[in-house]
Amino acid sequence: MKRYHHAAIGALVLVLFAAACGSSSKGTGSNATSGGSTSVPTLQAIGKGEGSLSVLAWPGYAENGSTEKDVNWVTPFEQATGCKTTVKTFGTSDEAFNLFHTGAYDVVSASGDSSLRSVANGDAAPINTKLLTNYNDLWVNLRAKRWNTVNGVVYGVPHGWGANLLMYNANVVKPAPTSWSVVFDSKSPYKGKVTAYDSPIYIADAALYLMKHQPDLKITDPYALDDTQFTATINLLKQQHSIVGEYWSDYLKEQEAFTKQSLVLGTTWQVITNLVQGDKTAPPVKAVIPSEGSTAWSDSWELYAKTKHPNCAYMWMNWITKPDVQAQVAEWFGEAPANLKACALTKAKDHCSIYHASDQSFYNKLYYWTTPTAKCVDGRTDVTCKSYADWTAAWDQIKGS
Amino acid sequence: MRRRVARAFARHERLRLGLELSAPIAWLVVIYIGSLVALLVTAFYRLKTDPTGLITTIDSTLHLDNIRRLWDESVYRTTALRTLESAGIVTVVDAAVALPLAFYMAKVASRPARRALVVAVTMPLWAGYLVKGYAWRALLDPSGGALHEIFGHTPGFGFASTTIVLSYQWFPYMVIPLYAGLDRLPDSLLEASTDLGAKAGRTFRSVVLPQLRPAIVAGSIFTFSLTLGDFYMNRIVGGTNEFIGNVVYREFSVNLPFAAAYSLVPVAIMVVYLLVARATGALEEL
Repeated sequence: MKRYHHAAIGALVLVLFAAACGSSSKGTGSNATSGGSTSVPTLQAIGKGEGSLSVLAWPGYAENGSTEKDVNWVTPFEQATGCKTTVKTFGTSDEAFNLFHTGAYDVVSASGDSSLRSVANGDAAPINTKLLTNYNDLWVNLRAKRWNTVNGVVYGVPHGWGANLLMYNANVVKPAPTSWSVVFDSKSPYKGKVTAYDSPIYIADAALYLMKHQPDLKITDPYALDDTQFTATINLLKQQHSIVGEYWSDYLKEQEAFTKQSLVLGTTWQVITNLVQGDKTAPPVKAVIPSEGSTAWSDSWELYAKTKHPNCAYMWMNWITKPDVQAQVAEWFGEAPANLKACALTKAKDHCSIYHASDQSFYNKLYYWTTPTAKCVDGRTDVTCKSYADWTAAWDQIKGS
Repeated sequence: MRRRVARAFARHERLRLGLELSAPIAWLVVIYIGSLVALLVTAFYRLKTDPTGLITTIDSTLHLDNIRRLWDESVYRTTALRTLESAGIVTVVDAAVALPLAFYMAKVASRPARRALVVAVTMPLWAGYLVKGYAWRALLDPSGGALHEIFGHTPGFGFASTTIVLSYQWFPYMVIPLYAGLDRLPDSLLEASTDLGAKAGRTFRSVVLPQLRPAIVAGSIFTFSLTLGDFYMNRIVGGTNEFIGNVVYREFSVNLPFAAAYSLVPVAIMVVYLLVARATGALEEL
């Protein structure tokens, strides 16, 4: 008898939880779909600040002195606007996307692999660019692009950007590489010492390589891959998996591995190269854009659709795009500033030239991260493309192969 | 009023007991069992993608989609088997190394030496798991790590290194139960065995091992389940190697129901493991 009693309680608990979980998930589901209708109307003029602001940012984008005492542009913002600011950092674009969806944050620094998802599910609000005091000073190549603008409506204010370069240990990798082939060729002499970026968006790097080396696949845009193109790309990455020593997503990890020379070749960011080059114990490393060109990221500030602090949010977007703040962020994080007026204010006078901040010919070799969608982003309508969800599922296949 | 309540409590012992226990039981049911049930239920939800592939929502009607994906795509089976293999190796290695050490501690060493050894074995637990992981990274580094410098060889970053480091990390969890088990084993049994003419090997096989089985099972539950659930050592010393936990970690922020479904695999393995342990009678003697 007692036994049955226990079983009954167990079953009851199970049912209760199923019910609770079921209803809560449905709740978020309907929020997502009705997000557009309950949005705050687009602001027409910046009024008095609401007194608080919640910022969701890549580590290094919104520093308030807690990382290093003198690195602080959040406190001056608070003093200037009265908007008490809390900063939450995230480690990956997927994390950013999910956190932004919770509604706890007013603004987010979104990369191209998450920005459009936030627009599509109604989390990101259209931005009134007339209220942005620095908007016209932001590099024209970053404004109103497909990763921050949908159907002509701006959803993201450019913040800064960087290219995904090919870094190599000049003592070991000879001759100096001019093509990405050294990181994709399964017979690479650097087997086991090659690295790649640990994220589904890296699939675009392989697609770019195939776009230049296998013309019969007819890839015109590394973010628009149909079935055949996608399969070929995934196969290339599975082949690459056998020569990769370690994948990296945390840039300190790559820095350490290149310094200790357990890795000698692979995709990088300029800032990591600078760090390794600045380390006297490290071997000489160089970073180049190979002949195929390269992928790149450009981050934009998005505004939460149901924000309770729109005035503070606009003030933040104006603050973070100011030339002096842009100079601070760009140097601290290691990226090209979006506001070119920052170039005159950086401590290192060659900062903007190192990062090619206004270099048109450099820009022309880049394919900026954007979110892959079923509707091909290269404009093809006769086929369906693989969406970001497919890219993520494929990443499991590659990493586990 | 207050006095009346106090009297009621004094008179009804069960009422008092019930109130006293209600908080911990609520905690157990809600937090502990509740989260497991939530995991179980979530595993049967699915991620729905709109035609653009941009908006994903969680469909909370129950489906077998995730289970089917786990079954159909061989990569998940391979990863699960790889995790299982590592857990098996870690357990066997730990048991093989811990047995003689625990025997020495319990039966041979002098009192002060025994105390020192217990401290020495448990001391690594005082240092952080990550700290030990990164220390091992420095040892195993194929380009100039300590192992490479001294022996000219290192397994490099990969499955072997992860398994070695996990064997190290979980070693105390094997030694301590074995030591406790051997400590309980009366010396007279060993003496009797010797008096009857058994050599050391025979005594070990026929007297020590059967008595020690529950302790080995207890230790193996720790080493086995901790390895099954680990994912971070792969990120530090595993190179490109992946376990179930690495896939769960990645899928967690993209496809929560699938991550829940995959994390049921180690749970299921542990349930089977415990059932087998119970069937052999090892659990009753714990």
